[in-house]
Amino acid sequence: MTKVRNNHAWWLILPMLLLVAFSAIIPLMTVVNYSVQDVFDANTRFFTGTEWFREMLNDPALQAAVLRQFAFSLTVLAIEVPLGIGIALLMPKKGWQASAVLILVTMPLLIPWNVVGSIWQIFTRGDIGLMGWSLRELGYGYNITASPVDAWATIILMDVWHWTPLIALLCYSGLRSIPDAYYQAARIDRASQWSVFRYIQLPKLTNVLVIGVLLRFMHSFMIYAEPFVLTGGGPGSSTTFLSQSLTTMAIGQQDLGPSAAFSLIYFLIILLVSWVFYTAIMNMQKDKPDGGV
Amino acid sequence: MGESEMTDSTSNSPAADARRRRQARPVTRQWRKRALMATYIVFVLLPVYWLLNMSFQSNTEILGGLTLWPEDFTLEHYAKIFTDANWYMGYVNSITYVAMNMAISIVVALPAAYAFSRYQFIGDKHLFFWLLTNLMAPPAVFLLPYFQLYYTVGLFDTHVAVALAHCLFNIPLAVWILEGFMSGVPKEIDETAFIDGYSFPRFFVRIFVPMISSGIGVTLFFLFMFSWVELLLASTLTATNAQPIASVMTQTKGASGIDWGTLAAAGALTILPGIVVVYFVRNHIAKGFALGRT
Repeated sequence: MTKVRNNHAWWLILPMLLLVAFSAIIPLMTVVNYSVQDVFDANTRFFTGTEWFREMLNDPALQAAVLRQFAFSLTVLAIEVPLGIGIALLMPKKGWQASAVLILVTMPLLIPWNVVGSIWQIFTRGDIGLMGWSLRELGYGYNITASPVDAWATIILMDVWHWTPLIALLCYSGLRSIPDAYYQAARIDRASQWSVFRYIQLPKLTNVLVIGVLLRFMHSFMIYAEPFVLTGGGPGSSTTFLSQSLTTMAIGQQDLGPSAAFSLIYFLIILLVSWVFYTAIMNMQKDKPDGGV
Repeated sequence: MGESEMTDSTSNSPAADARRRRQARPVTRQWRKRALMATYIVFVLLPVYWLLNMSFQSNTEILGGLTLWPEDFTLEHYAKIFTDANWYMGYVNSITYVAMNMAISIVVALPAAYAFSRYQFIGDKHLFFWLLTNLMAPPAVFLLPYFQLYYTVGLFDTHVAVALAHCLFNIPLAVWILEGFMSGVPKEIDETAFIDGYSFPRFFVRIFVPMISSGIGVTLFFLFMFSWVELLLASTLTATNAQPIASVMTQTKGASGIDWGTLAAAGALTILPGIVVVYFVRNHIAKGFALGRT
């Protein structure tokens, strides 16, 4: 759509801008402010320049948390994206089944994040949880408070349970926008199930998948409440992700300077990865004329 | 595609066999699809079933051993939640700030999204990208500054504080979704209305907003969803007066261990509002998840 040039449009933006600025810019400036100072109390503070940043970048505990975070985000993306596409293909398209399945599939997305943690805590406990108890009965010494492998597997399973619906719903909406004529043409050509998917359905999904993968990456990178409730970051620090390291440092230890520097590094990583990813996919789409839309 | 299969159209017996197989396949495939879908639904429901199961059991039954359904069916945990002001006010507080946030976000996002979808202006692209960066900001980053900011302006422990804090990610999201829906409305409608002598506010409220009502419904659903599920900011910005249900739930950890039954009942009750809301937008939700642009 061609847009009219009109700078008066700023007046329409203004109320929104003021509100978001109040919630975003003032706090962000506070963080920047702290990140370059050493604050003792309200009146005593020293300018430290880049010291906190250097300290944070060289902190082995945080480096480990960053690696853990990337490992986690990539793992859940690798599982949730194909699974979500698969479920979207399976979802019924009309009738009461379509509504029922839609509501059931959406349900995990609407549960408060700490409750998701509680649900899985109850579900996986060895003594009172169905899954934990069953695994133990089957002879596997399942224990998320002692074994890092079990803790990781459980958190990934929980995240798959919680967030695969987002990808599935996005793909479902993408699939519904494909006109029936495409499928009829494919039937006349006797196209195989696979070529229908590869040449008709997948190109239609590119757009929604970009949104889905971006949202999933961002959210998985900020994960806090679910592992905090389920494992508390343990055993040891094997499931302590970035948000939790940060909150411990900022609220628990009141290390304002270092945690502010860490906040900014954290935010920049997310921005950078999202931006690289977004541009890469947009360029990919530009290269092939029939892709997307 | 599939041209090689087109050549076997002579009716000798292998080709006829193949055709028969192809006719039989869709039915089997249908059943396989249903079975796989059912498996996934079971996977989704199982943890929730377990939560419900536990919420109807007495604590002695929960700790006494594993039972697949409540043998000693009880409503005591729900009764406790509905009679203790501490508990049910948690829900009231959560719903209050969610509703406030939805109202604020939609009112400021509507004109902004209209501007983004219809006009070019200085800095529009940068502004839009900046808005999206707020979606990417980890709430943990803003935890401490928010606490200090709202404490300084005297909003700490009020519903408004949480509603405003959630604007950080909800307004950009609302602008993003609404912009997608608005771009689907032809511009000729605006132009015709202006020629007919409609002023901008009158056109916007009387003609434009009704046209994208399903988009607004979906946007409200998303605003509800993200404000309802977010708890890190909500519990940091409140103490007692506006305490969300999530913070109240931490009280189940008592001296004698965790009160599993009440925790499960409280958790089960937090799922309900979501199901009610999703029921109302079920026919539009799919398009909304694609932010109006598939």
